[in-house]
Amino acid sequence: MAMVSCRKAFTSTLLEMAKKDSSIWAIATDSRGSVTLSDFTKELPDQFVECGIAEQNAVGLAAGLSKTGKNVFVTGPACFLAARAYEQVKVDVGYNKTNVKIVGVSAGVSYGPLGCTHTTMHDYASMRALPGLTIAAPSDAVQTRWLTKLMAETPGPFYVRMGRGDVESVYDEGETFELGKAKTVCDGTDVTIIACGETVIHAKRAAELLSEQGVSARVLDMFTIKPLDAEAVKAACMETRGIVTVEEHSTLGGLGEAVAHVAAELAHVPVKMIGLPEEVIIGKSSELFEYYGISADNIAATAKNLIVR
Amino acid sequence: MELNLRKIAFQRRLEVLDMVYNHKSGHIGGSMSCMDTLVALYYKVMDVDKIHRGDPDRDRFILSKGHCAEAYYTVLADKGFFPKEELDTFTVFKTHLAEHPTYKIPGVEVATGALGHGLPIGVGMAIGLKKQYPNASVYVLMGDGEQAEGSIWEAYMAAAKYKLDNLVCIIDRNKLQISGGTEEVMPLENFEDKLEAFGFHVIKCPGNDGEAMAEALTTRVPGKPLAIIAETIKGYGSPVMEDKAPWHHAIPTAEQYEEIKRDLMKAVEEA
Repeated sequence: MAMVSCRKAFTSTLLEMAKKDSSIWAIATDSRGSVTLSDFTKELPDQFVECGIAEQNAVGLAAGLSKTGKNVFVTGPACFLAARAYEQVKVDVGYNKTNVKIVGVSAGVSYGPLGCTHTTMHDYASMRALPGLTIAAPSDAVQTRWLTKLMAETPGPFYVRMGRGDVESVYDEGETFELGKAKTVCDGTDVTIIACGETVIHAKRAAELLSEQGVSARVLDMFTIKPLDAEAVKAACMETRGIVTVEEHSTLGGLGEAVAHVAAELAHVPVKMIGLPEEVIIGKSSELFEYYGISADNIAATAKNLIVR
Repeated sequence: MELNLRKIAFQRRLEVLDMVYNHKSGHIGGSMSCMDTLVALYYKVMDVDKIHRGDPDRDRFILSKGHCAEAYYTVLADKGFFPKEELDTFTVFKTHLAEHPTYKIPGVEVATGALGHGLPIGVGMAIGLKKQYPNASVYVLMGDGEQAEGSIWEAYMAAAKYKLDNLVCIIDRNKLQISGGTEEVMPLENFEDKLEAFGFHVIKCPGNDGEAMAEALTTRVPGKPLAIIAETIKGYGSPVMEDKAPWHHAIPTAEQYEEIKRDLMKAVEEA
């Protein structure tokens, strides 16, 4: 199985599109290396703005640039874009409804040993509360390429976050998706696992483990976090006996709570959230996933416990 | 026909006074100090017809000191962006005319109000326009208290890096902010040297002189962004308010209203 990082899938697709469409611009914050934008800067220097380590200016500048008819992608580590520039995201992008795509990379615990200054465990929560933003987290390179093209074709503000490392593909090349609609990775009737971003592959594997144990698990890739596919959550409530959510984010205010918000109104099924605590220990991303239970084994065990209790 | 910018500015100030007094809202001190800049821009410097049409090569104006919205609204209404009667909806239930400009108001390029946002947006606009529409300029009007926001200095650096000679920053230097003097709250001096060190061509200009401002606003130095330190008086137009920090956000009493009105009407006559 090919292993490609979402950030590389994003930048290679962006470059490909920007070569054909001079209205597509990229902005970086001394982050062209970490975002993997170096090729873009060399090949299309006139469609690139380097802001230096100045996220507030980068996001405000992106809003201004978009007001002159440009299709602007402002990029950088998610931990800084989603926190340092939060007011610019709120006012200059969300409130003003500017055509700005904010793409944060190396999100969640991607940076691992760099520590808690570099984790992004708050962005689903903080961005969800801002009016006007579409929020998405792709699960693999295939979905990232699709999402990048979709963003370029869809006017209005987006916040998209992706990880740093290579990820195994969840989908075959050419798979199609619909914004705002959960992608059914596999169908099932006993329990539903709702995941997003780079946790989806673990949810998919969990379903395989559960299948071996005679449990039929539905896996939904909720890559659009806002607007959330409430219908898919309601269907899970009606058609299965429990929901497990999985996210590389604090369990406060993220995917789990967004799902629970819908499920609570129906009150049919229990919802169990797997995610990160308020502060994470230091370790490699893979070690942290394992430690905090974002693993096929733990997701499967959690799902099984939920429906047999 | 040569317009009397000074007279126009005092006429607009009278409208501001009524908005603030009638609706018990607004930031009258800063609105009075920056009015001559707004009048110079909208009556002399910018091609307002292009702005009305939304032409891609139009000049852009950003009121980064968004709390002086009522001054901006009187100018926009007088220039026909919306009916003058709408000024009387200032801050009322369901209005677009909030105490800070909303994006729904005709003529407003971007909603502002959180300080330190206008210049980064203006820098983005200037980058976007520079090659495609070299004759279009971007004007960003900021407060002097606002200069304490770090995002402005990030944007100053970017403006110089990208040699944005189509960008004009105007700083309404009335030397007062809500808590008191700018030099006491967070010293800005030597401001001119700072801006020059950041790569700007700097002009100090009597900011309550519309003609002088118009001349400064049309200055261009190839390869350099322009900063105009508009030396103004907070509450300009009436001794009741002039150079007094509490008038940043104060509402006149009935007696003060009458006195300010007399002062402004006299200024209109004498202009």
